[in-house]
Amino acid sequence: MSQRIVDLVRARFPQAVLETHAFRGDDTIVVRREDYLEVVRFLKDSPGTAMDFFVDLTCVDWPERKPRFDVVLHLKAWRSSERLRVKVGIPEDDCSCPTLSGLWPAANWFEREAFDMYGVKFVGHPDLRRILLYDEFQGYPLRKDYPKDRRQPLVPMCDDAPPQPPPFPERPH
Amino acid sequence: MEEYREEELVLPADPMVLNMGPSHPAMHGTVRCVLRLDGEQVVECDVQIGYLHRGFEKECEAGTWTQAFPYTDRLNYASPLLNNVGYALAVEKLLGITTPPRCQYLRVILGETARICDHCVCNAAMAMEIGAMTVFLYLVKAREWLFELLEEMTGARVTHSFCRIGGLRHDLPEGFGDRLRAALVKTREAVEDSEKLLLRNRIFMDRTMDVGTISPERALAYGWTGPCLRSTGVAYDVRKTHPYLVYDQLEFDVPVGSRGDNYDRFMVRLEEIRQSMRIIDQALRQLPDGPIAVPDDLGVVLPDRFATYTTIERTIQHFKIVTEGIRVPPGEVYAYTEAANGELGFYIVSTGGGRPHKCRVRPPCFANLQALPELVRGRLLPDIIPTFGSINMIGGECDR
Repeated sequence: MSQRIVDLVRARFPQAVLETHAFRGDDTIVVRREDYLEVVRFLKDSPGTAMDFFVDLTCVDWPERKPRFDVVLHLKAWRSSERLRVKVGIPEDDCSCPTLSGLWPAANWFEREAFDMYGVKFVGHPDLRRILLYDEFQGYPLRKDYPKDRRQPLVPMCDDAPPQPPPFPERPH
Repeated sequence: MEEYREEELVLPADPMVLNMGPSHPAMHGTVRCVLRLDGEQVVECDVQIGYLHRGFEKECEAGTWTQAFPYTDRLNYASPLLNNVGYALAVEKLLGITTPPRCQYLRVILGETARICDHCVCNAAMAMEIGAMTVFLYLVKAREWLFELLEEMTGARVTHSFCRIGGLRHDLPEGFGDRLRAALVKTREAVEDSEKLLLRNRIFMDRTMDVGTISPERALAYGWTGPCLRSTGVAYDVRKTHPYLVYDQLEFDVPVGSRGDNYDRFMVRLEEIRQSMRIIDQALRQLPDGPIAVPDDLGVVLPDRFATYTTIERTIQHFKIVTEGIRVPPGEVYAYTEAANGELGFYIVSTGGGRPHKCRVRPPCFANLQALPELVRGRLLPDIIPTFGSINMIGGECDR
């Protein structure tokens, strides 16, 4: 469906595109992590592609594979309604990925969720806290090696807890 | 006695940190807003979600493809059938099968009924939170008429689990169409009554008009979809832009707002109730005869009960589907539908077994809610209530 866009990316970043495939009408490009941000920026800003709508960002765990994680991004071109999936492999020993929150404010929470569930650190993210779980949660529950029935330790009552950081960073008025 | 001159008096002006939620009587959802207030003005708002997180994805990965349906019911529990349909369409896309026309029409009818329920509840709750209790009762009563019909059809009042991969649980009961039409007439009256109470009501107008405004550009940058995006004037509806099921054969309009404020969001939902009624009316008239599920040979739906009890092939097939799950070819798809809050996407990955490797939901209100701090920054504290209400954050969908 959006083979045209895949070709444009390939022509612009010949070394960055590791793999492309189309399955059931969904086009996917797999890019190198070093070029991920540049490729997405090109997809968003170039008039030929104009994939300017951030649809979804998530992560997939492949425990037996290297690199272990995939960060999966879904984009949509607002005018032409074309869609594209961008995947980037993240190794387990250096579990980090550039953030897209500078391109779309929407990426902020989606990346926080991927961090919360898989432990992928989004480098440059302005507010990388857990979002659905609480700060004291141990481990990353959507990783395949996290057992479904694991119990979490009880969080101590507030009186015994270490002092919390203030809820807001200071902002000039 | 010491004398003070009025202009020299200094009132304490430190910003105050206020916790709103997670269980707040004026916010219908478990969400916590940590506010920094300057007087009554919101300086900063930090929205903290996750109080209803139940591990939807983890649970889906542990069961078969079919066993995910009850969990999808509990995503947006104000319109469970739309989630059912969205998930079924995603797995069918991965399987590469299409359901028979009658099934598609039934899914449209049930889905639009669920959409009416969802919009009624959202508008009812929003109106109630700013004091219009009567409107709440009118609209919730209307929803109850529709719920009674859905209960008659599916056997459950809220958590229907009615869709199956490749079809539906069973066909319409006798005379369902007529009863649905009658219920919609009553619903339309209830909607009109609540309109009369609200739309020229000074209190309602003051608290919603030009409150919580957002420009179309910012809304798109935040990934907004659904009625909230359409209230800003962007006519994006998945049913029109990427038609699925039989929406391309049905006539309906996409209502849009112009200012992107609470009033517009409220109005877009009201108008969508009418459009959904149009869709249901046409779909009931066009409803073809035929099967409601794909043929048994595909090994997707449970085989016919008589055949299961009388032939060994179907017995084995039934046993395998129940114990191992449906065989879904390896691959990944992203399938999206227009749910009540916007684009509900399912990104599912299969490794070829009977269980999903990954079953991700793209929740529309997760993206919508993210913009709440921007909508209320600089506004007064009470403005949060209608703004939060009109975004229609549904805890089950947002937190999964």
